Amino acid sequence: MLCDVCGKNPATVHLTEIINEQMTELHLCETCAQAKSQEMEQQFGLGDLLAGLVESDKAGSSAEKEGLALKCPNCKLTYVDFKKIGRLGCGECYTTFKKYLGPLLKRIHGSGQHLGKSPLKMARVLKKKIDAQDLRSKLQKAIEMEEFEEAARIRDQIRELERKEQDAA
Amino acid sequence: MQLNDLLNHTSEWLKGTGPHSDIVISSRIRLARNLNKFPFPHWAEKKQSEEVSGVVEAAMQKNDALKNTTCFKLADMDNVDKQFLVERHLMSMEHAQKTDSKAIIIDDEETVALMINEEDHLRLQVMQSGFNLFEAWNIINKIDDALAKELSFAFLADWGYLTACPTNTGTGMRGSVMLHLPALVMTRQINRVLAAIAKLSFATRGLFGEGTQAAGNFFQISNQVSLGHSEDEIIDNINGLIRQIIEQENQAREAMLSKNRALLEDRVNRSFGILKSAYIITSEETIELLSMVRLGCDLGIVNKCMDRSHINELFLITQPAHLQKLENKKLTSQERDVKRAELIRSKLKI
Repeated sequence: MLCDVCGKNPATVHLTEIINEQMTELHLCETCAQAKSQEMEQQFGLGDLLAGLVESDKAGSSAEKEGLALKCPNCKLTYVDFKKIGRLGCGECYTTFKKYLGPLLKRIHGSGQHLGKSPLKMARVLKKKIDAQDLRSKLQKAIEMEEFEEAARIRDQIRELERKEQDAA
Repeated sequence: MQLNDLLNHTSEWLKGTGPHSDIVISSRIRLARNLNKFPFPHWAEKKQSEEVSGVVEAAMQKNDALKNTTCFKLADMDNVDKQFLVERHLMSMEHAQKTDSKAIIIDDEETVALMINEEDHLRLQVMQSGFNLFEAWNIINKIDDALAKELSFAFLADWGYLTACPTNTGTGMRGSVMLHLPALVMTRQINRVLAAIAKLSFATRGLFGEGTQAAGNFFQISNQVSLGHSEDEIIDNINGLIRQIIEQENQAREAMLSKNRALLEDRVNRSFGILKSAYIITSEETIELLSMVRLGCDLGIVNKCMDRSHINELFLITQPAHLQKLENKKLTSQERDVKRAELIRSKLKI
C-alpha cells in the first residue's frame, strides 16, 4: 500500500480520525506521518491550554475588554495575539501586559516573586568597579590641577565606596 | 569539530559514571534566556533572528567559562544530522523543525550545548553522568554569568528572566534527571510513583524528551515550577524526590531478587539471548531488551557481564539516525531493523 498523501513511499503508519462521527482512515509513509503529527500538535498545543487559563481568568469583564486592546510598543504583539498563541512577543510584553500576566504567573507557578539569580547583581558589581575607576582618574586630575579641596572630597567618596564593598562582601 | 567526530565519542550522559549510576543515567540543567528588546524567535523577523544568532555566537566565542566549542547552523544540516543530535540529547525535537536562523553550539565533551533561536533566544544546557544536578548547576551558572557580561538579558526584578512561554519565567531553569526504573515497572508500583510525582508538580517524560513514551523503563523527571524558588531550592527539591525514588527502586530490586530470582534471571537472560541472536529488530524492542540486560548487569545476574558504558552506548548507536550515520547512507525502517540486529550481534559477540 502506498502513502495516501505523497503516493510514492510505502505506507507504514495507519491513522484513524473520527470527526463529527465520520470515520476516515489515512495510510501514511514515515515522512508524511511526521508532518501530520506536527500539524495535529499545532492544532492543540500548549498555547491553547495557556490561552484557556487566561480565558477563565476574567472572561467578559470590562477589565478584560480593556486588556484586549493593549499592544506591546516594542514588538507590536497584542493581548489577543498572546491569547491565541500562548507565547509573549518580547521581554517588553511582560511590562505591557503586567496587570494580566501577574495572576497568570501566580496560577502557573504558585508564586509571583522571583527568588533566583539575577544578571543585575553582576551589573551592579561591574558598575561599582567602573565608578571607582572614574573617581580615581578624577582624583588624579584634581591633584594635577592642584584642586586639593576637590581631591579630598573625591578621596572620601572612594573610601565610602570601598567601605560599602567590604560590607557587601 | 565535525559532527561525525561525535560518532566515536561517548556522550557525557552515557558514560555510566557518577553517583547512583546504576539507577540514574544522567542529570541535566537547562536555562532559558532572551535578549532584551529583541522579539522572541516565534515572533521575530528573519533579519532580527539572524542578528540574535550573530550576537549570541560572538558572546559564546568570548565566553571564558567555555573552551573548544563548535557552532552548527541548522539550515546547513540534513534530517539525519538533526535527528542524530536529538538522539544524543544535545538538541530538542522542536529545534530540528523550521530551521531558519537556528544554530547549535556544542563543546567537545558534549557536556554543554546551546540552542540559539529555539523557543527562546538561548537555551543553554549542561549534562552530567549519574545523579549530579549540583555539579551541572555549578558549570552552567558560570557560563551564564560569563554570557551576561556580553549580553543584556530580558529580566524584571519581580519576575526574573523573561521567556516566550510564561511556564518558564523566573529562573528559566529546568533540572531533569533520567532514571532507569525496571524493578518499579515489573513490580507494578510505577503508576503509584508517577502519580505522586505529578501531585508534587514535577513532570515525567520518556527517554527522548517531550512527547515521547517511557520506553525501556526510562523516566525523565523535571521541575515544572520555575518562579518563586531560587535555583538551589529547585535543585534541592528535585534531589529530595529523586533520592526517594532511588530508594524505592532499590527496595523493589532487592524484593525481586529474594522472592522471584528465577523469574528475574529468566527475563534478563532471555533478553540477552534475543539480542545476541536476532536478525531483525526494531529500536523499541532493542530498548526494552537492553533495559533488562542493564538491570541484569547491575544485579550481577547475567552470565557474562558487560560494562555499563557499553550497554549505554548500544542504546544510543542503535537509534535510527546513529545507524544511518554509521552506515554512511540513508536506510529505510526495514533496512535499519536488519542493520541494527547485525550491529548488536557484533557488539555482543562473546
